[in-house]
Amino acid sequence: MARKGDIVINIERCKGCEVCLSACPHEVLALSKEVNSKGYHYVVKVNSECTGCANCAIVCPDAVITVYREKATSGQ
Amino acid sequence: MKELRLMKGNEALAEAAIRAGADAYFGYPITPQSEVIEYLMRENPAKRTGMQVLQAESEVAAINMVYGAAACGKRAMTSSSSPGISLKMEGLSYIAGAELPCVVVNVVRGGPGLGTIQPSQSDYFQAVKGGGHGDYKLIVLAPATVQESVDFVKLGFELAFKYRNPVMILSDGIIGQMMEKVELFEQMERSSEEYEWATVGKKEGRDSVIVTSLQLQSEEQEKVNLRLQAKYREVEKNEVRFETYECEDAEYLFIAFGSCARITRKAMEMARAKGIKAGLFRPQTLYPYPYDEVNRLASQVKGILSVEMNAGQMVEDVRLAVSGKVPVKHFGRFGGMIPSPDEILEALEQKIIGG
Amino acid sequence: MSEKSIISPENLVYEKTGVMTDKVLHYCPGCGHGTAHRILAEAIDELGIQGDTIGVAPVGCSVLAYYYFDVDMQEAAHGRAPAVATGIKRVMPEKYVFTYQGDGDLAAIGTAETIHACNRGENILVVFINNGIYGMTGGQMAPTTLPGMKSSTSPFGRDVSTMGNPLKITELVAQLPGTYFVTRQSVHVPANVRKAKRAIKKALEYQKLNRGTCFVEIVSNCPYGWKMTPVESNKWMEENMFPFYPLGDIKVPEK
Repeated sequence: MARKGDIVINIERCKGCEVCLSACPHEVLALSKEVNSKGYHYVVKVNSECTGCANCAIVCPDAVITVYREKATSGQ
Repeated sequence: MKELRLMKGNEALAEAAIRAGADAYFGYPITPQSEVIEYLMRENPAKRTGMQVLQAESEVAAINMVYGAAACGKRAMTSSSSPGISLKMEGLSYIAGAELPCVVVNVVRGGPGLGTIQPSQSDYFQAVKGGGHGDYKLIVLAPATVQESVDFVKLGFELAFKYRNPVMILSDGIIGQMMEKVELFEQMERSSEEYEWATVGKKEGRDSVIVTSLQLQSEEQEKVNLRLQAKYREVEKNEVRFETYECEDAEYLFIAFGSCARITRKAMEMARAKGIKAGLFRPQTLYPYPYDEVNRLASQVKGILSVEMNAGQMVEDVRLAVSGKVPVKHFGRFGGMIPSPDEILEALEQKIIGG
Repeated sequence: MSEKSIISPENLVYEKTGVMTDKVLHYCPGCGHGTAHRILAEAIDELGIQGDTIGVAPVGCSVLAYYYFDVDMQEAAHGRAPAVATGIKRVMPEKYVFTYQGDGDLAAIGTAETIHACNRGENILVVFINNGIYGMTGGQMAPTTLPGMKSSTSPFGRDVSTMGNPLKITELVAQLPGTYFVTRQSVHVPANVRKAKRAIKKALEYQKLNRGTCFVEIVSNCPYGWKMTPVESNKWMEENMFPFYPLGDIKVPEK
């Protein structure tokens, strides 16, 4: 079973380019209906399938995403 | 230890650069100044002082190498002759805009275009009025001897670092190619000072240093311009340099700079021998120009002849200084032609005394 | 275990490197410049050379790169970055020196500076962003614009019979004895970002060896200049740019 992960999105810096969407293997991300103060639709998490693989953060041109992943524990 | 040598002007410039503790020289060959880089390559200052010398692919590259080294707080120099200096004007504008210190030598030859390889002073406007784009000034030193070529390299670096401004030594094909006795100053140590404005690697606890001449906000660019203008006013207040010859009782005044001042001095002596009370005023700094001193002398003389190896450039500054008090005329030979003392004296007699 | 508990310092696996400042990048949404900046900054961070690195910014979209890298930086005149970097490296040989340049800067106006710095084997890293267009000035033809590709100065497509051919300058510099490591990468998908970062990191490590110029081209997108969405531009890049500018190492150090 994949490890659990989570991300924190700095929505104010997000420009809604959507490059991260296709980089996510678990379709965790989608574009919000809301806009940030710059007028961009920003990326939001839409499910809890995140494994903390960091693919989204790695392709993000604006360094918007911080990634967490739980430590591997014995038995997993 | 001070040392006497018989040296060619261009070679003396190069030796002075090594002795002034220069960190780097970047150049490109062009007549009549190629001896500068030839001397440096032969002398191999990397061994003597650690100074780096590099023949660049172009004058454009050379001045931008100077930019890079100068922005690290190092003493960097380049030299060229007129067509090559035109190519350096882009870089000089950036260097002035980014407020970097450096010394640039122009061993002037006749123009425009490829012109001639013979001596000229036709780059006066380019040197003192800008040359590149934007509101900026070079500090311009005009040597009239091989000795001054040496001394002005040392002074040039001092002024460049004092004001963080590019300094131009406006030599010419005569001074560059002639040999004279010269007293060399003692070898100075290369500086290890780290300036707070220089890119030397970001230190813990300080912001990163950015060297740039770009301000996209007009309000910010205006501040840069105001700061530059304030600096230029300081330069104008502090750094005017000139020499006078027989001016005390002069009724007629020659004004000339660089090699042309040497020839004009002979004309002045010939005039004196004929009973004409002539004097000679020689600006050593072309920017800042000695406006006040020329203005003061204008109150004493009946007329002024600006003698130049060009079609009339410095004469405009003389007229600004004189402010209409007395007649100001220009006499020049150009295209690589050098005026003789006889024709200079004749010009004084016809244009000023008889005019 | 609740999800919230995952967000804690001990579980942190990825965050913006401290070698990038907190300034919001001025680049258009989806532009590869941001990713290229970030991996260069990450490489500097991971090598622990922030205090020993001096960068040179170009003229073009990345003219303000010095706002984003938290290292000492100089702004060069258009195309002159390799000459400026040469000046830096010659007086500060112990520092890591890089230039960051676009295609117009590096392969048009600065061709002489690029080729001669590479030919002298200056011990610098050249990061070359190739998106086949002038972005900053509004989408004009670049030296690397593909045959038939539209731009505001080739509105009917680049006609090579009158406008000349796109310049593969990376292959060209790889021929020069002065270059040590020459590679072409991209930063549009995670695997390629990881590869590009490894290449940049290697290039910086090589700088210590004093063996010559390292040249890392990043084929990138220009959603605005290409008149596409970021996602479309990345697809277009794969289909059109990569066949002409194939990814991979072009010159690797001899073992």
